Amino acid sequence: MIGSLFTPFLFQSAAQAITPILLAALAGVLCGRVGVFNLALEGQMLAGAFAAIVGSFLAHSALVGVAAAMAGAAAFSLILAYGATVFRGDPVVIGIGMNLLASGLTAYLLRVVFGVSGTFSDPGVVGLGRIAIPALAGVPVLGWAFARQSAITWAAWALTALIGVVLYLTPVGLRLRGVGEQPEAAGALGVDVARYRIVTVLVAGALTGLAGAQLSLGAVSVFAEDMSAGRGWIAVVAVMLGRNNPLYAAAACVLFGFADAIGVNLQSRGLPNQLTDAAPYVATLLALVVSHRRRSRFSQRSRKPAPTAGEAAAAHRRGGSGRKA
Amino acid sequence: MPEIAAAGIVKRYGGLVANDGVTLSAERGEIHGVMGENGAGKTTLMNILFGMQAPDAGEIRLRGAAVRFRSQIDAMAAGLGMVHQSFKLFGSLTAWENIVYGAEPRRGPFVDRRAARARVAGLAARHRLAVDPDARVGDLSVGVRQRIEILKALHRDARILILDEPTAVLTPPERDALFEVLKSLAAEGRTVLLVTHKLHEATAITDRVTILRDGRTVATLRTADTGAAEIVRAMTGRSVNLEVRKRPRAPGVPLLRAIDVTIASPSGRPAVDRVSLTVRGGEIVGIAGVAGNGQSELVEALVGLRKPDHGRVELCGRDVTDADVPARRAAGLAYIPEDRAAVGSAPSASAADNLAMGFHRAPPLARGLFVDPAAFAAWALALIRRYAIRIANERVAVGTLSGGNLQKIVVARELAHEAPALIAEQPTRGLDVGATETIHERLVAERDSGRAVLLVSAELGEILALSDRVLVMFEGRILADLPQERADEQSVGLLMAGRGTEPG
Repeated sequence: MIGSLFTPFLFQSAAQAITPILLAALAGVLCGRVGVFNLALEGQMLAGAFAAIVGSFLAHSALVGVAAAMAGAAAFSLILAYGATVFRGDPVVIGIGMNLLASGLTAYLLRVVFGVSGTFSDPGVVGLGRIAIPALAGVPVLGWAFARQSAITWAAWALTALIGVVLYLTPVGLRLRGVGEQPEAAGALGVDVARYRIVTVLVAGALTGLAGAQLSLGAVSVFAEDMSAGRGWIAVVAVMLGRNNPLYAAAACVLFGFADAIGVNLQSRGLPNQLTDAAPYVATLLALVVSHRRRSRFSQRSRKPAPTAGEAAAAHRRGGSGRKA
Repeated sequence: MPEIAAAGIVKRYGGLVANDGVTLSAERGEIHGVMGENGAGKTTLMNILFGMQAPDAGEIRLRGAAVRFRSQIDAMAAGLGMVHQSFKLFGSLTAWENIVYGAEPRRGPFVDRRAARARVAGLAARHRLAVDPDARVGDLSVGVRQRIEILKALHRDARILILDEPTAVLTPPERDALFEVLKSLAAEGRTVLLVTHKLHEATAITDRVTILRDGRTVATLRTADTGAAEIVRAMTGRSVNLEVRKRPRAPGVPLLRAIDVTIASPSGRPAVDRVSLTVRGGEIVGIAGVAGNGQSELVEALVGLRKPDHGRVELCGRDVTDADVPARRAAGLAYIPEDRAAVGSAPSASAADNLAMGFHRAPPLARGLFVDPAAFAAWALALIRRYAIRIANERVAVGTLSGGNLQKIVVARELAHEAPALIAEQPTRGLDVGATETIHERLVAERDSGRAVLLVSAELGEILALSDRVLVMFEGRILADLPQERADEQSVGLLMAGRGTEPG
């Protein structure tokens, strides 16, 4: 049973499920690092998916579609970038508003631009091709899955590594990490906190656009209303589980991706799809509970360490005199 | 020519004049003390020197040349460094990352980690500031964090170092080590501005002191030629009695008792280990001990913030072990908590609201279902006047007050309860002589009017001066119960370190 579950097809569908979540989670990690909690991932992704279809339809080019998705989602992110900095809004409120706006706006534009409602597909929309990397084709079990991924999937993993390197090895990354943790301290050392936040949120917006492009131009070339379908929220959870670390967040995304793929697999074995569709959310909840329990145990342990007898004695020996004026 | 000089500095906040023509001048290689009571304008002056605030009038000169800082960035570029009272550090980053942040050595597009670590280790070794470059700052003690703040300034080669009350958070040995560092920094030609209100620090380390009172410079004195009394008089404008006067002790009935209280801790050894104590009306019982030996947990159990794993608490003869905080307060307990900002007050609420808390459910502050704002204001103004709290008006949020004034708010409210039993935890930590004197007088007045006072303090001098009986706590146990006559610095000090036993 277990053996028959882990087929090349499972890896293929997991990889496909992971890509948009991973890109959105990376965006969430970047925002979290500069202290802007990004709840708008769902809406940003949807905006990106719509912009991708428009771009690809008008130019008959997947590449233009991807560029439009990144630009469109980044433009949409201006709301969060400026709202949470210059206008000092609460990012949580802004994020929820952006999600509602994206849902309504894309449905509206779908009607205005394409004259349809619900879904839009057209032969003029060029989807993303698959990229086969010859060197990986020979890998057992995975080779078949590797040959069936879009450029965005490969880009997502490359970006994970790149963001890790930038965050932890470059001056910009160091400053970025500081800005989120202690903006006042960062500002005191000459770092322009608002500028770091705005640029980071916009770059993150472009990443969510990429995630959206994968949704609408990846496996199939179609836009459907609310097609982000909760992936942005799962990405939010991945950000929290990964504690704003891109590698941990990626690990969480892999977990959710496989849960999704296993759900699909079980469905094909006759389980009701309402049940199997819940698989990624069950995994999300379990992961949240487990990580929270681990963390609360840790924080209890690290509370107020009492000095040892030796320390106390030494403190007294050296400081016993000269204490009073 | 002075290294740094300020002349005629004026700074107003609304109706409050924080600096009213302040003058200060420090030479190269000098350790210059800046003294004054809480609210005298020391911190405001330092913030202006460091470019964090622009003065409304006045001039700052560096080595003779007038400068105008638009921000602290300008000040740092001009060779100033400042160690604030509350550190500005990144807890999740390492020591070296904190120190080089914003001025990182680079190699290509990357931070040159090796060069950064070497730079930090080199500075630390040269100035004898023991810091592990790779330690995560969140795991470090306040003493080490302060060294990191100093290294931050030295990494940017600060020629003038401002330290705002640096010893408030330090243990005595850490303080002594800091002073050695400051002396060596001055010896290599740097200028140190040391803000403090502790006399013995000023006399121990400074070359000269500038004394501020009510926003004005009242004196600049050469420390070697000046007595402590003279400095106090300049700071307060009057003579302060540093001795505590008390009427002879007349203990009454037990009002606050702990019986066999035990509190487990995650480490295995109990945080509080079978502690029994009795505080009678008309006496002050002091608990001496190095912080972290179970005092906080014991107090939490006494006030009802924590349920003991074993044992009982009695208040005015009633068992209150299972009673919650409001019930204990109703039964006659007032509490001045150690953390005045987080436990003792609501920082974003006004002084009127803070002073009314606990009194707001009953007349005269409440009328039926509603509170009476006019009564709140009248009540607050009366307490503000009685305790000489320095505040613009009763609508000001207490989080903006200096530590001493915030503490007076907490003390004023708690003593207004006139509860039979009072627990005062570190009541004068970080306060100046004047505020300390006020609070000591109030505690003694409580005792003299027949109330029971339990005083918990890490300041041994305070315990010895005020207490009728001294309990020494070490590793969760009470090692000794000494009457005032038999409690001296030597014997209590040894007991605080867990050595020696009660003679006899």
